Amino acid sequence: MTRTILSSEHKEVAIGFDEPFCIIGERINPTGRKKLAAEMKAGDYSTVSAEALAQIHAGAHMLDINAGIPLADEPRILAECVELVQSLVDVPLSIDSSIIEALEAGLAVYRGKALVNSVTGEDESLERVLPLVKKYDAAVVAISNDETGISEDPDVRFAVAKKIVERAEDHGIPRADVIVDPLVMPIGAMNDAGRQVFSLLRRLKGELKVNSTCGASNISFGLPHRHVLNGHFLAMASLAGMTSAIMNPLHKEELDGVRAANMLNGTDPDCAAWLAANRPVEPAEGGRARRTNRRRRTSA
Amino acid sequence: MTDTEDIDLQALDDSELVAQMHDDLYDGLKEEIEEGVNILLARGWEPYRVLTEALVEGMRIVGIDFRDGILFVPEVLLSAGAMKGGMTILRPLLAETGAPSVGKMVIGTVKGDIHDIGKNLVSMMMEGAGFEVIDIGINNPVEDYLAALEEHQPDILGMSALLTTTMPYMKVVVETLKEKGMRDDYFVLVGGAPLSEEFGEAVGADAYCRDAAVTVDVAKEMMARKHNQRGQLSS
Repeated sequence: MTRTILSSEHKEVAIGFDEPFCIIGERINPTGRKKLAAEMKAGDYSTVSAEALAQIHAGAHMLDINAGIPLADEPRILAECVELVQSLVDVPLSIDSSIIEALEAGLAVYRGKALVNSVTGEDESLERVLPLVKKYDAAVVAISNDETGISEDPDVRFAVAKKIVERAEDHGIPRADVIVDPLVMPIGAMNDAGRQVFSLLRRLKGELKVNSTCGASNISFGLPHRHVLNGHFLAMASLAGMTSAIMNPLHKEELDGVRAANMLNGTDPDCAAWLAANRPVEPAEGGRARRTNRRRRTSA
Repeated sequence: MTDTEDIDLQALDDSELVAQMHDDLYDGLKEEIEEGVNILLARGWEPYRVLTEALVEGMRIVGIDFRDGILFVPEVLLSAGAMKGGMTILRPLLAETGAPSVGKMVIGTVKGDIHDIGKNLVSMMMEGAGFEVIDIGINNPVEDYLAALEEHQPDILGMSALLTTTMPYMKVVVETLKEKGMRDDYFVLVGGAPLSEEFGEAVGADAYCRDAAVTVDVAKEMMARKHNQRGQLSS
């Protein structure tokens, strides 16, 4: 089965259908965060550092780095953030920009095999981003839209994904290094958004045999109880074939969705991750706590 | 679906009916709104009075509860759909009677940008507030905006972008309007996830609108300003 290998300086992460779901932390992103945008623009990366550490502590396997700030020097800021985050945490990064110069600046300073986020099915995007992915031996997120927009027809989106995978192969990029984003729309504005994505994911896995990712939080835009909804979406998407997500790793609701999916899909041996996250802290009434003075393993 | 109690709208007096229509807008009941509009018209109400007292006032209440986190996007879209149903009946009558327009907007995403969920939400909410919206779709070069402005003579031009690469094109459109001496004929509103107030100012827009609800508020405020200016000129 398809496996995408990404790396930092010392560490490899595998994304694949037989691997635990890969959590890519979304929090280093100034879009819609006025204070963070102002800080990053002024060269103050204290929040970036804090978000990097918090997300890894919470269980993220990779981090997405976005520096999309209007009227700012995005290539420089993105490169500086990549260097800084690589000095703090040893996980692979997703370098996220719609500006080609920013992608290149980030890739130029990156140590390891990065994920480039992203290329679309638009010809201009394909011709500019794919050579860069090849040059730096990176992997790439392929977004399934083209010049005509984001189709509501999953078959059209599948055709766009297929076109990107084929074009990448023309550039010498193996299909294992293309991770397709099926484009998650807000379910609150489009009742079919879930079904579209699930049907697309099944085909991406079954026919195109590629890994997939998405911006998971989009699904719950404009709705209450977002973390619970995101968590359930992640579990359902995982069953349909999604192998990673760019998501918020700081909330138990989302993480439990991923952990449950891993356990039920058979990628959490002995249910260890589920148990570690969900063991009752207080024993049931009349019961005893787990023995904590074991000689080999002292922690629960 | 929630159970709806059967109410004979015909049996209500005018003020009860208007209050019921406010509730029905809140609940997003399109057929009931259409029926209410027709009843008020049959009772001799001016189309403009139906619009303002029954529909716009009802949507104002919806807007407040959306802003305060009591109503959510799917509910507001239903309300906007119900409002649109009423507007479809009223619009030709309003045009005939020469009633003042709530406002007209041309909206589209800029060249290179095909992301239209945000723009569609704004369109629906603006229509829900009684505005006439001409949606020119995605990926619009400046020529498309100019042609639409020429053809529809709107009060407001709305531009949307989701990408940091495409949003600078808003400046191209505004500069072109300036060159042609058309800039001051329209209010220019801009929006999209990566934008900011600062960016809105930098491209020369009249306002940056953070979300669809804000867009409606800003648009109403601008229309009020426009009507006041007219009033001052004529007095």
